[in-house]
Amino acid sequence: MFAALQQKFRTWLFRPKIESGTVTLNQRRIFILPTRQGLGFGFVLLLMLLGDINYNLSLGYVLTFLLATAAAMSMLHAFRNMAQLEIRAGRVEPAFAGDPAWFVFHFHNHSELPRHQLTLRDAAGHTTTFDLPAQHSTRVQLSIPATQRGWLSSGRLTLYTEFPLGLFHAWSYLHFDTRALVYPKPAAPHPLPASTAQEGAGKLISSGDEDFAGLRSYVAGDALPRIAWKALAREQGLMVKQFSATQGHELWLDWSLLPHADTERKLEMLTRWVLDADAAQLRYGLRLPGTELAPDIGTTHRETCLQSLALFGLGAGQS
Amino acid sequence: MKLSAPLIYGLVASILLVSAPHAEHLPPWVVAVCAMLLAWRTYLNWSGNALPPRWLLLTITLAGVGGILISFHTLFGREAGVALLILLATLKLLELRTARDATVLIQLSSFIIITNFFYSQSIPTALYMMFTLLVIMATWAHMHTGTLALRPRLRIAATLLLQAIPLTLLLFVLFPRVQGPLWGMPQDAYAKSGLDDKMSPGSISKLSLSDAVAFRVAFRNQAPLREQMYWRGPVLWDYNGLTWTQGLEIRSKQPQLDNLASPVDYTVTLEPHNKTWLFTLDMPTQVSVPATLTYDFQVLAKAPVNARMRYDARSQLAYRANVEEAPYQLKRATALPSGFNPRARQLAAEWRNSLPGDEAILQTALRYFNREGFVYTLEPPLLGNHAVDDFLFETRKGFCEHYASSFVFLMRAAGIPARVATGYQGGEYNELGGYYIVRQSDAHAWAEVWLKDRGWVRTDPTAAVSPSRVQMGLNAALPDNAVLPFFARTQSPLLLKLRFNLDAFTNQWNQWVLGYNTERQFAFLTRLGMEDISWQKMAINLLIGSGVLVGLLSLLMLRQLYTHRKDQVQALYLKFCRKLARAGLARAAHEGPQDFAARAARSQPQHAAAIQNITAHYLALRYGSQPGKHGLLALRRAVAAFKI
Repeated sequence: MFAALQQKFRTWLFRPKIESGTVTLNQRRIFILPTRQGLGFGFVLLLMLLGDINYNLSLGYVLTFLLATAAAMSMLHAFRNMAQLEIRAGRVEPAFAGDPAWFVFHFHNHSELPRHQLTLRDAAGHTTTFDLPAQHSTRVQLSIPATQRGWLSSGRLTLYTEFPLGLFHAWSYLHFDTRALVYPKPAAPHPLPASTAQEGAGKLISSGDEDFAGLRSYVAGDALPRIAWKALAREQGLMVKQFSATQGHELWLDWSLLPHADTERKLEMLTRWVLDADAAQLRYGLRLPGTELAPDIGTTHRETCLQSLALFGLGAGQS
Repeated sequence: MKLSAPLIYGLVASILLVSAPHAEHLPPWVVAVCAMLLAWRTYLNWSGNALPPRWLLLTITLAGVGGILISFHTLFGREAGVALLILLATLKLLELRTARDATVLIQLSSFIIITNFFYSQSIPTALYMMFTLLVIMATWAHMHTGTLALRPRLRIAATLLLQAIPLTLLLFVLFPRVQGPLWGMPQDAYAKSGLDDKMSPGSISKLSLSDAVAFRVAFRNQAPLREQMYWRGPVLWDYNGLTWTQGLEIRSKQPQLDNLASPVDYTVTLEPHNKTWLFTLDMPTQVSVPATLTYDFQVLAKAPVNARMRYDARSQLAYRANVEEAPYQLKRATALPSGFNPRARQLAAEWRNSLPGDEAILQTALRYFNREGFVYTLEPPLLGNHAVDDFLFETRKGFCEHYASSFVFLMRAAGIPARVATGYQGGEYNELGGYYIVRQSDAHAWAEVWLKDRGWVRTDPTAAVSPSRVQMGLNAALPDNAVLPFFARTQSPLLLKLRFNLDAFTNQWNQWVLGYNTERQFAFLTRLGMEDISWQKMAINLLIGSGVLVGLLSLLMLRQLYTHRKDQVQALYLKFCRKLARAGLARAAHEGPQDFAARAARSQPQHAAAIQNITAHYLALRYGSQPGKHGLLALRRAVAAFKI
């Protein structure tokens, strides 16, 4: 009975619901409670008041009241530090399982008031702290480890601040419908399957038998051996060597080609193949039970393949 | 969280600021150790070296606590407690590892501020407190504002403090005052300075070197003449050849005053002196606080005066005191220790034999002091065993206690009942405040002689030697080169005025801030129109008042959130465009600022530089990453100066 009431109260108070679009932090959404050091300071103030009374220290009264009032005013400051912020969830880049997913949020401060030390925290305790100058926007990234493939939701996030004195904890819950696509973790490198093209022209591709064609920017998941370390040393950034692929070769990355292994393992190996094939600029198709993606080339194709792998076997409820 | 170097400097500064006022009364070794520890911590912070190991800190801590135990013989009580607190706070600086340590230190330092009020609650102390608080708050805010620079942090701290002031005032006025103490206080809780219940040569001249205020007096009507202002304190009866004491208190009959005339009403604000005397003019008839009037007209409070105290009193300047004195009192007033001062006894005996009566002897004695080359000085020569003889016949240089003492001795030797009265004489008028300041340097001793049909008559032998002492004060009575406290010396009119201003202000401060106790609160609230004051009523008023204040402050604070600054940048740029449009160069709707600037510059080559400059400023403000006030100002100037 009591638990039910409590739940009802929480629902009424915190209004847990998933939101999309822009959220403005109004007073209805901001909660404030004293921190542990706030309570401790209250105790110190009480001691001081007792001392004032006992020793009849008029100036002591002044000091005690001044500190007490400043502490109380710091509550308003904490509230003001968060109030009227506009928050919108940004696009989240897909991540591979095992890597962190970087959730992006855009914070906008319309007011002339600079905001200090705002912290965004997820349920597991991952945090990011940022300042927000007056009339500024900022892009805040919160990294949440992606442990398994599929959709990763940011969950209910807490935005909090203990500005200015740390005596009060002001917080607000943010539950956006933002989610990150998590690809399966790429398996350890292993040779691509032989091309099974109709013309039978395909053959197992071994690295190094291609002509070097140039460099392109690194994309998450690129094979390590293909990273242009020399370019990195020249401070050109993280680049990947590209090799000209033999056109016309078609490569099927087929579920059924894989040896006996559990589903996840198979997906990981397929992910590796997709990445390698993409890096090798091969035309490749992906065949999964119930899905077939025709051979193609390019980033979009790669992403479609990875998405199918990520969401393979996951019900619509998850997508 | 790693504690940053500026934060640690802030903490060092906070501890330094709160401990510094204690330096004058802490044992020198504590001051030295704390100074060394602070310097050490500063050096470590500056050099980035590691903090000392725990065992070393523990050793220093134990040694420090041991030292305090040896110095004070206790760890409790005010002095020892303060020393311990400061030492531990300073040591904590060297053991600063987490944000929690820093918080503890901040809260501790704000607590240490209050210990300074045991010693001083003056206006400078209050100003110093505000400064210290500002530093503490700025350091505190440092922990929750990240890498914010010092100046905006100080602004945050100042804002917090300034916003706290209205509510603090309200709380100060309305918070129900409880008359302390709540528990037994250590004996050392109060300062003591002022008159003692005994007098020996040098005891009053020592006080004369002190500028400290003894009390302040506001007369309701006309103030009496200065030479009538004898503020009565301890009355001394017993003499042992060196020291006058009050003697054993004898249950005596009620004091008796007849033929009263010229009443004076006045209010005294007495500084705490840790004794029970309430100083009043000769002779008191009424006092507004519970007090006892003794048989020798001392007014004694029920308990030692440990806090500043105000009372109204009425005195009669003309009186006959105890015309019918009890015989044993008269006997007591003629007793002298045997074997002392034979020459003085002989002189008195000669007077007794050759003169017709008591009154004649009294006049002769005063004439003696007046004519025989006596000098009034703060630095009298040392006297031997026969102090009165030495003074009367050899040195003839003395302060009021010498005159009072030897005069009473002569009277007693001649068989006339006499006693020593001590207290204060005179006072300095503060025109601005309309009250008199009586300082410790006004301490005085005089004689009272009992004459038949006239009772106890005040006789001041000092006045016979140096009339200016009673008429104009100590400064006038002493030679110019005498060592006198700063305030007892009369200065230029300007300095005098400044001094009075300061004292008037100090007096208001004392009355309204320091002396704001249960009674004063009651009186003040009644004057404000509150009726039937009870603490419930005060609490309700307090709640309403703080509600209103907090509401107003919140409105002020939150308004900033909702008022968006008008886009001044855009407005300025449009003004610039209008100026160009008047010259025939209208900006097309599709034209971006840069394209427009290029076109305008081409058609107005003589203004090209200005056009490009304004456009660059506009773009920086509009799309730059760090728009600042300077850019806006520059844009405004450039647009204003732009003319075609």
